[in-house]
Amino acid sequence: MIRFLIRRILWGIVIVWFVATLVFGLFFMAPRDVARLIAGRQASDQTIQLVRQRLGLDRPVPVQYVRFLGRLARGDLGESFLTSESVVSVIRRDFPVTASLAVGAAALWLFIGVGTGVIAATRPRSVFDRALTAASLFFYSMPPFLMGELLLLFLFFRLYMSGYTFFPPGAYVPLTESVAQWARHLVLPWFSIALITAATYSRLTRGAMLDVLGEDYIRTARAKGLSEGRIIFRHALRSSAAPVITQFGIDLGGLLGGAIVTEVVFGLPGLGREAVLAITTQDLPVIIGITILSSALVVTASLIVDACYAVLDPRVTVR
Amino acid sequence: MTESIRARGPWKLAFERIRGDRWAIAAAAGVVFIILIALLAPWIGAAVEHSPEAQFRETGLSPSGIPVGPNREFLFGTDGLGRDVLVRIAYGARVSLLVGVLASGLAVAVGAVVGIVAAWFGGVVDTILSRLMDVVLSLPFLVFALALVAVVGPSLTISIVVIAFFSWASVGRVVRAQALSIREQEYVKAARSLGAGSLRIMFVEILPNVAATMIVYATLLIPSSIAFEATMSFLGLGVVPPTPSWGNMLADSIAFYKVAWWFVVFPGAALLSTTLAFNVLGDSVRDAFDPRHDQTIVLDTETGGKA
Repeated sequence: MIRFLIRRILWGIVIVWFVATLVFGLFFMAPRDVARLIAGRQASDQTIQLVRQRLGLDRPVPVQYVRFLGRLARGDLGESFLTSESVVSVIRRDFPVTASLAVGAAALWLFIGVGTGVIAATRPRSVFDRALTAASLFFYSMPPFLMGELLLLFLFFRLYMSGYTFFPPGAYVPLTESVAQWARHLVLPWFSIALITAATYSRLTRGAMLDVLGEDYIRTARAKGLSEGRIIFRHALRSSAAPVITQFGIDLGGLLGGAIVTEVVFGLPGLGREAVLAITTQDLPVIIGITILSSALVVTASLIVDACYAVLDPRVTVR
Repeated sequence: MTESIRARGPWKLAFERIRGDRWAIAAAAGVVFIILIALLAPWIGAAVEHSPEAQFRETGLSPSGIPVGPNREFLFGTDGLGRDVLVRIAYGARVSLLVGVLASGLAVAVGAVVGIVAAWFGGVVDTILSRLMDVVLSLPFLVFALALVAVVGPSLTISIVVIAFFSWASVGRVVRAQALSIREQEYVKAARSLGAGSLRIMFVEILPNVAATMIVYATLLIPSSIAFEATMSFLGLGVVPPTPSWGNMLADSIAFYKVAWWFVVFPGAALLSTTLAFNVLGDSVRDAFDPRHDQTIVLDTETGGKA
C-alpha cells in the first residue's frame, strides 16, 4: 500500500511538472510581446525595456524556465502582471467560492444521481426507468452554460416577475457571513451543475446495481429472508459503489479547479471566472497558476479515489 | 432450401437493429433536419431577405433599442443589434456541424492510429504512448483550451484542433485495448507468417476490426465537440463575431435575457436539440454494435481519466 501510494504520488508530480512545462511553453508560443502588452500601447521603448527587466523576460529562456520551476517548488506562483498581487493570494481569495460551489453541487448530484439510479434499478423497464433514461439523455446533452442561462431565465427572472423572489440572480455571500444567504445564493448554480452531472451518476448507478442484483449472493440474501431495503442498501449498493466513486473523484477534482462556465454565468468570483478574466487580459502568471492548481487537484482526486478503491473493495490488490 | 438461412455480418446486423429502433430513427431524422438547415442557411436568409450580419435598426429594434420579439418579419425575433435570430441560428448550425464532425473525425483518426500503434509495437512505444494518453486525460481541458486559444488567437481551425487534441486520448485507450486482443488472433499470426509487414497488419488486419468502435466513438464525440465549441464561443474564444455561432449568440443573449427570452430560448433549443439528437443516435449505434452494452453516458469513465 505504501509503495503503491509513493509510486502514484511520484507519477502525479510528473504530470503536474509536465503541465507546468506546457503552460510555461505558452509564454514563448505567444506571438505577442508580453512586455509591450503590459506597458500599454503608448509606452516608449525604454519603458518596455524596464518592464521586460522587472518581469525577468530579458533573460534566456532556459534560465527563466529553471527559475520558474524553482519558484513553483517553493509554492510561489509569481505575481499578476496587471495588479502585482501574488497569484497565491488570488487563489486563496477565490478558492472558497469555487469550493462552495463544487462541494454543494457534488452533494446534490450524488443524492439525485445515486437515488434515481437505485430506484430505476429496482424497477427495470418500468415507466419510471424509461422516463429517467429520457431525462438522463436530456440533461446529459445540455451544455452547462445553457443550463445556467435557462435557470436564470425561468427560475430567477420569470418567478421574480410574478412576485416570487426566492432565487437571487447570482453573486456570492461568504459562508462566514451568513449560512442561509450563502446557500440561497448558491442554489441555482448548484442545480445547474448537479442536474447535468447527476445524469451520468444515475445511469452509472443503475447499470452497476442491475449487474449486482443478478448475482447469486443477492439471491441467497433474499432466500434467507432479508428485507428488500437491507438487500439494496447494505449489499447491492455497496458492491456497485466502485464505478460511482471513480467517476466522482474525476468530476470533483475537475470542478475544484474552477467551474468556469457556471461561475461566469452566475457572476461568482471563483477560480474559473478569474481564469477567464486573466485569459482575456493576457495575465499569464494568473492563467499559469490556476492551470497548475487545477491539474494538481485532478491528480490528487484520482489518487484519493484509487486509495479509497483499495480500502473499500477487498478484491482490489494493490501492488 | 438454404435460402431461409443467410449469414449476416456484424455490420448488416447492426444496421438492421438501428432500423428497428424507433428512437434511433427519430434521432437520425433530427440530425438530417439540422444538416438541411445548415446547408440551406443562405436560402433561408434569402427567403426572409435578411443576411446573418445585417442590422435592422429600424424594424429590428424598438425605439428604445431593445430587440423585438417574434413577429411576421422576424420569426424568431431579433438580437441586441437588430439582427434576425432565425437566420443567425441557421448559419450557426454550419459552424456547429463543421466543428463537431471535423473535430470528432480528427480525434477518432488520431486516437485509432495511436491506439493501434501502441498495441502492435508494445514495449517502450506502448509505454510512452499510454503515458501520453494518461497525461492528456488528466489535463484540466477547458482552462487549458482557453489559455491555448488566448495565446494563438481564436479561429475556426484552432477550435477544431483544440477540441480534437483533448478528445483523441479516450478513443486511443479503447482502441489500444481492443487492438491488444486482436493482435493475438490467429488471422493476424497467419498474416505475419505470410510475410505481411507491420504497416499492412496494422491497417489491413487490425483497423477494420476496430472500425465499429471508431464509428460509435465518432457519433458520440460529435455532440460533445459541438458543446465544447459552443462553450468556447460562449466564453469569447471560439468563432469570432460577427460570424454567428450558437455559443456566441447565447453569450450575447445573457445581457438581454430579461427583455428578450427568444434570444435565449431559440439558440438554446437549437443547440440542445442537436446535441440530444446526436446522443440518442450514438446511444443506438452503440447498442446496435454491442447489444449487451447499456451505458452510453459513461463514455468518460470506462476510458478512465485517471492519472
